[in-house]
Amino acid sequence: MSKQKPTSDDSKTRLTGAEIMWATLEGEGVREVFGYPGGAILPVYDALRKFPIRHILVRHEQGAVHMADGYARASGKVGVAIATSGPGATNMVTGIATAMLDSIPLVCITGQVGSKVLGSDAFQEVDITGITLPVTKHNYLVTRAEDVAPALREAFHIAQSGRPGPVLVDITKDAQQATAAFDFAAAAPEKVHVHPMLSVTQPAIAEAVELIRAAQRPVILAGHGIIQSGAMKQVVALAERAQIPVACTLLGLGGFPASHALNLGMMGMHGESWVNHSIQESDLLIALGMRFDDRVTGSLSTYAQKAKKIHIDIDPAEINKNVPVQVALTGDLAAVLDQLLPLVRPRDGAAWLRTIDRMKGDAAVLDIVNLPDNGHLYAAHVINDLWRATSGNAVIATDVGQHQMWEAQYYKHDSPRSLITSGGLGTMGFALPAAIGAKIACPQKEVWVIAGDGGFQMTCPELATIVQENLDLNIAIINNGYLGMIRQWQETFYDKNYQCAPIGSPDFVKLAEAFGIRAAAVRTRSEVMSTVAEARNHKGPFLINFLVEQEDTVYPMIAPGSALHEMIRRPSNNPLVER
Amino acid sequence: MQHTFVAYVEDKPGVLTRVASLFRRLNINISSVTVGGSERPGISRMTLVADAPEAAGHRIMASLYKLENVVQVDDVGRFSSVSRELALIKVATTPKTRSHIFELANVFRARVVDLAPGSLMIEITGSESKIEGLLQVLNENEDRVLEICRTGRMVMRRGHHTSRVLEALGDTESLGAKPPQASEIEEEHETDLT
Repeated sequence: MSKQKPTSDDSKTRLTGAEIMWATLEGEGVREVFGYPGGAILPVYDALRKFPIRHILVRHEQGAVHMADGYARASGKVGVAIATSGPGATNMVTGIATAMLDSIPLVCITGQVGSKVLGSDAFQEVDITGITLPVTKHNYLVTRAEDVAPALREAFHIAQSGRPGPVLVDITKDAQQATAAFDFAAAAPEKVHVHPMLSVTQPAIAEAVELIRAAQRPVILAGHGIIQSGAMKQVVALAERAQIPVACTLLGLGGFPASHALNLGMMGMHGESWVNHSIQESDLLIALGMRFDDRVTGSLSTYAQKAKKIHIDIDPAEINKNVPVQVALTGDLAAVLDQLLPLVRPRDGAAWLRTIDRMKGDAAVLDIVNLPDNGHLYAAHVINDLWRATSGNAVIATDVGQHQMWEAQYYKHDSPRSLITSGGLGTMGFALPAAIGAKIACPQKEVWVIAGDGGFQMTCPELATIVQENLDLNIAIINNGYLGMIRQWQETFYDKNYQCAPIGSPDFVKLAEAFGIRAAAVRTRSEVMSTVAEARNHKGPFLINFLVEQEDTVYPMIAPGSALHEMIRRPSNNPLVER
Repeated sequence: MQHTFVAYVEDKPGVLTRVASLFRRLNINISSVTVGGSERPGISRMTLVADAPEAAGHRIMASLYKLENVVQVDDVGRFSSVSRELALIKVATTPKTRSHIFELANVFRARVVDLAPGSLMIEITGSESKIEGLLQVLNENEDRVLEICRTGRMVMRRGHHTSRVLEALGDTESLGAKPPQASEIEEEHETDLT
């Protein structure tokens, strides 16, 4: 990797490895990083003052990675997190795995003990490249100052190219301290690793066009790849021209406007019944930048049996992994759709759209937001009101569990990068740090955390980060006194044996105030809008503790192992719903 | 079914772990792996043999290519190819048994490469079935096999040059050459003793 030959004008550009690290970040366009200092990374922190980069001091390294992740998801840029060796590095692992499962471009930098003592169980030594091997797209161990810039530049390239993902660069302390010549341009990646199995052939395009032309009941499955590739316009064009309804995955929400007439809503385990029925009845699924995850397919043996499938994705390893497809086009989604679109003819989809409308039936009527105020406070009300109050324009970071699914159902996302959620790994504690990262990336945007009382307690020390960094973001805790999704599963599949599901919490209002954050509690539906307005008008962070119905359930629901159409529907005689 | 992959990988620390880790993650056992030099400087050649469902072949190959250090992968099991393995076998001997072991070695075109008072060492190269044939005969004769060291399968496709290999070698002339005709491809005889 050391291809920088010593030259006569070395003296001009000779920097320490630590300085090279910052200079390379600066060259890559990085303006903000998230991190936490420690012994093996101290040379890096010592050099920070010389560079125009803002460092956000976190309270836990997991938070640093989630912040970098939220930053990347909100902005489309590479997020950068920094930690020391040993425990600093291992604390990053959950964050890195979260980014890996959702294909988020990150560069994580860790300090490492000196290269002379590598492998000796030195103080705070851990084999972090070994530990993160299966949860990074690639990683590096850098032991020489001259390798810092090339490794980092390759890391930035790898993180963003193809299917994005996290890359870790582990830099030994002596490599940070030693000096080397620095030449940003010369450190550019030598080779560009392009997956040789990417294939978009004319016959395959023609076959896809013919399948679309002949389809009677087509459905577009809109995934995260639409947002990652920036293919929003192309997908709208395809849907409108061929009059094809669109179902979104959780991470695809916002990739196709929720308010668009052709948007069906979210598919899968907690998708609305008509969405899943449309997929099961479909004769052609056009999967765009999605991977047929088990949470969207239900049992594979019964999944969309009547449908032929076109799969467009950047990762050849996803083709035929879970669901066999007739046509595979592997490449960048926007580029593939640009090739496909001129060949797609307008078609009449009215009959199929009418059929889907009829499927909606009473599902919409049973919807909790349509019920009159009966004195109870439901999470669905809170989220629906948040959507109305923010005109759907806020960036929402959610945690994992019931509130996450209600958010997906009741907050209508019209624009990409407005929902930040851990879909693949399902990481509790993600929301608060991810929202901080999103706010740093997009200071002009309104940012809300929506978290449960369980997950919020996993990473709530980051409240101090909000205060220290003077961030203006709002927090909604959907507090039902339970690990709600655990309770829901125990209710449905474990005979209401609520083992370890009730969870105590501190008084979140007092907790917030202890951090110096304004806060209020909301117990009735009538208080929701006024308190949300107070939070929005307040200059500075604001936390609202929504004390919602304790034993509410997310409907519809597909039991694990069941078919996509075998949904547990909203009960009309829900004892919680006094009609 | 048994899959055989040839992978060209960068000759760097940790690359073997990355490749092995991929199979581990998919819960697929690697039956054998050989790694060594190739015609390209800085690039090692691996032959990987693994038992996996037939459909897994595509995913393994596509996943191997996702590793940054993997340069090229070939699913050679699908093509006519030459497969060889080298084995060193140490057999306990007495003055009485020594001569028939020499005979066996001759029949199998194997060589005796070490002779000690109580044992001798046989070096044998060939297909796996040939090596297993020798081991079977040794066992049937109640010769005590003390040690076996097998390299695992190494495989090269017959008459096959990818454009990439030729490009890497700077051989642009052969790039336009026709692929070998079926008649030129000699059948692999698994029981071939040569």
